[in-house]
Amino acid sequence: MTVTRPMGDRDIAPNEPMFDPRADIAPNDTRRALSLHRELDRTWRDEPGWRGFFTSVNHGTIGLRFMVTSFVFFAIGGVLAMMIRAQLATRQGAFLDVDLYNQIFTMHGSIMMFLFAIPMLEGLALWLLPKILGARDMAFPRLSALGYWCYLFGGTVIVGSLLFGLAPDDGWFMYTPLSDRTHSPGVNADVWLLGVTFVEISAMAAAVEITVTILRCRAAHMPLTRMPLMGWYLLGTAVMMLVGFPPLILGSILLEVQRAFDWPFFDVARGGDPLLWQHLFWLFGHPEVYIIFLPAAGALSTIIPIMARTTILGYGAIVAAIAGLVFLSFGLWVHHMFTVGIPHMALAFFSAASALVAVPTAVQVFAWIGTMWDGKVSFRLPMLYVMGFFITFVMGGLTGVMLAMVPFNWQAHDTAFVTAHLHYVLVGGFVFPMLAAVSYWMPLICGRWRVRGLGESAFWLILIGFHGTFFLMHLTGLLGMPRRIAVYPNNPEWEWLNLISSIFGMIMSAGFALFAFDVIMQWMFGRRSRRNPWRAPTLDWAMPLPAPSYNFASLPGPRQADASALLPLARGEGLLPGAPRGFRETLVVEAGTGRPDHVAVLATSTWLPLLTSAAIGSFFAAMLVGLYWLAPLGMVLTLIAAWKWGAIMGTDRDHAPAAVAPGLTLPLHWQTRNTLARTGAIALLLADGTLYAALLFGVGFLSVVAPAWPAPPSTLVSLPVIAAAALALAAMALGLLASHRAEAQRSHASGAAWAGLGLAAALVALVALAVVGLGLDDPRRHARDALRGAILGFAVFHGVIAAMLALRSLRDAQTGRLSEVRRGAAPIWQMFQAFWLTTTAVSVALIAAQEVL
Amino acid sequence: MLWWAMLIGSGLITALVLGLLTAAVRNNGARRSERGWIWGWGLGFTGAVLVVLLGFSLWIGERMLARGDDALRVGAHAAQWEWRFTQPGPDGLPVQTVDTLYIPAGESFDVEITAQDVIHSFWVPQLGGKMDAIPGHQNLHRLRADTPGIYEGLCAEFCGIGHSFMRFTVVAYDPTGPIPDMSADLIPETRP
Repeated sequence: MTVTRPMGDRDIAPNEPMFDPRADIAPNDTRRALSLHRELDRTWRDEPGWRGFFTSVNHGTIGLRFMVTSFVFFAIGGVLAMMIRAQLATRQGAFLDVDLYNQIFTMHGSIMMFLFAIPMLEGLALWLLPKILGARDMAFPRLSALGYWCYLFGGTVIVGSLLFGLAPDDGWFMYTPLSDRTHSPGVNADVWLLGVTFVEISAMAAAVEITVTILRCRAAHMPLTRMPLMGWYLLGTAVMMLVGFPPLILGSILLEVQRAFDWPFFDVARGGDPLLWQHLFWLFGHPEVYIIFLPAAGALSTIIPIMARTTILGYGAIVAAIAGLVFLSFGLWVHHMFTVGIPHMALAFFSAASALVAVPTAVQVFAWIGTMWDGKVSFRLPMLYVMGFFITFVMGGLTGVMLAMVPFNWQAHDTAFVTAHLHYVLVGGFVFPMLAAVSYWMPLICGRWRVRGLGESAFWLILIGFHGTFFLMHLTGLLGMPRRIAVYPNNPEWEWLNLISSIFGMIMSAGFALFAFDVIMQWMFGRRSRRNPWRAPTLDWAMPLPAPSYNFASLPGPRQADASALLPLARGEGLLPGAPRGFRETLVVEAGTGRPDHVAVLATSTWLPLLTSAAIGSFFAAMLVGLYWLAPLGMVLTLIAAWKWGAIMGTDRDHAPAAVAPGLTLPLHWQTRNTLARTGAIALLLADGTLYAALLFGVGFLSVVAPAWPAPPSTLVSLPVIAAAALALAAMALGLLASHRAEAQRSHASGAAWAGLGLAAALVALVALAVVGLGLDDPRRHARDALRGAILGFAVFHGVIAAMLALRSLRDAQTGRLSEVRRGAAPIWQMFQAFWLTTTAVSVALIAAQEVL
Repeated sequence: MLWWAMLIGSGLITALVLGLLTAAVRNNGARRSERGWIWGWGLGFTGAVLVVLLGFSLWIGERMLARGDDALRVGAHAAQWEWRFTQPGPDGLPVQTVDTLYIPAGESFDVEITAQDVIHSFWVPQLGGKMDAIPGHQNLHRLRADTPGIYEGLCAEFCGIGHSFMRFTVVAYDPTGPIPDMSADLIPETRP
């Protein structure tokens, strides 16, 4: 067997350790690595054959599957791009008709954004995070699998619609009124709204999961402030997803409800406003750019120091830059709307914010250059892609600053100049770093070393093809060529530019094909790679190649602080060695300090994620084909599936604490209160709260800006409605009390009584909300009434969740799942009950204020 | 002016960054100077460039705004897929035309931009920036044609099947001479 030793002899001095230098945990006794491996693999591996394909929840499997699937969608999106270039190569392009052309450019954008970029980064995060943080799996393995199936089903429907000529054709931004029922009567727009929302379930799942994993599943005594930069980048990404996606999800729901049931949220004649869609869309759409950029920058911050044989320069400054980007990116969305007619003062504010966001980006770019200055750069394949990133992204960033200048934006907005800019930013800022990441981590994925020469050829084809395609497109745009036109018969001056772009586009495609071929060759025929081929210090390389199903035979701690601990970890000297209880176990720590807190028992292979996503999918499918009466059945199926999730969590006996290391025993997660599920519920409620805030923004925006206001007089205020609203709030408050008492009395019979009371209170509140619903004005009459309907729907939705959790708590009590140390679902129920009560109280106050004022 | 400044500036910054990159790659293991890279280049250099550029841009933008003076007002109403313009006719009274806008050269004018059905965008590249036409909203956009002539305009917001063909023409005539013949473009019901 040939051993490849690609990097020089210079080792990277870990001058900034990843672990708390004051902490210490004694090592476990050394065991035979092979018997440990067998014990763990039996517990952690997927089931064999096709069964394993459908039931796997392992982050290694799911993460790779996300990445491979996203590359398939990338290829489909690329083929569409080539069709666009073929059409535009000549001014009388006869390759596609206009309708098909509209479908194809809409799909190109939508696929690349929603089916390639986001899932690709989710896949990388799912696959990499536990490895680089020193854990055995993500916090919620079944949630990973659920996200994957939603992504696969939703993506398949979206792409499949192309085959029937039913693909969305209103642009990837879906501006209303073009996308409403009047102007887009077909099912095309529904495919986008429902398909993308279905896929976004996977984004929300991943965001919750990434957040919790980074906060709670790091190695013991790895403080937040010392974790690998990739952790910070992905934490920033996940928080942005939690806050950025809900406005889009809300907008899609509202627009779909308008299309299906004629509720006029965006209809200007009935109190709606098309600008509301633009705000909700870009509230998501701009952070989206940084959601895509941050993981890519994380890959760069990981790879560059290794390739330069040094440590990263300015760790603290980079963390500050990430925080700055997360914060600033939510103040930028209006710069996509500079031409909708906004006061110049507001324009000046958003223009300044847009320019300001260049500062944290520049800090990172100079930190990377400084890192290379410090070290000795070795031009391995990942480094070539890093260079491709620099050349491309710097230019994309500068054209971005140009576009942030209002006068220039008025000139270049919606021209090929913007097309060029965004491809420089996205290909430079995402695709090149991802190619670097893939070529860097391939040995860990497949255990093999690549075939020489192919990768370099692919890199040069992609680089030359890309700049040949898009550099001249700046000029095409400045010559006035708008985006999204299929032919340009009267503009011969644009033709040679377009022809050159088309030719180089084909070269770029050849490069990507060669890249894919290279990866397949490496996977199948590459030589076996030696362990830690890049001689990197991070924990992702502290394991055999390819990565085993359980990552670490024993988990890293202060004495196994970097990749050099590979053998001690494999021999069980680290924490929590093996799988002595037959459970999939990983360590959970305190969020800030990384002090060990308890041991989480993670889910094993199950059909449940697949079945649940099928249940959710049946709801979306019924909505898509217009069988609205069938949609409630999909909801019921989803509730049944959700109930099953609760049924397999929990245990009916107290377990002995786990021996983690000599002198350190920790309880299993059933016997603690601050579980991963609790942290996850907080993250989910952050997203949920953002959704509610976006709904309130819609109410405020329409009241102030939309033309057809004030709304016609309401008949809502009547004694029964007021009484019902008061009863609902009182019942919710009683439910909140019951949820706390149920936990406090968990080891007594009265605990079950409190849970039962809470369930009854939730049902009473739901009935009272239904009475309020009967009193609502016709939501089709005016946007105010439609928004009230939406607010009520929000309350009912959360009521169902609270009732389900109350029922779960009741069943916990009845089936012996509670004890002095086991708390069951009550802590989670309390949070959702409080959220339900708070948002409903705010909603009632808002509607009361609307009526009084 | 802004454009040339930005183009030259961008070229210089690109060259600078790529130059630094090359130097960094060639340089083998020097001292660490976090302060220089982060504070000097990352914050100082970037900040200075942005402040200058932003100030310049706002100053130009302010001059391009529609103001409450007595400039000529014309109307542009967009629908799938045509433009209806309202402007002073030969006898001084407003007339409506389709797909051709007549304005006097050499003076600023404001376009009142509205939309019938979906979002469109009014853009005459040679005269200046664009402004969206949004159902339910009226946007005001200041433009000026310095010399008489014919300027091509187009819809710059995707608006459906006919988007590629939603073109129009702006005819800037010499205000001292006779007003050109608009009869071919007049909308029949508004013809006197």
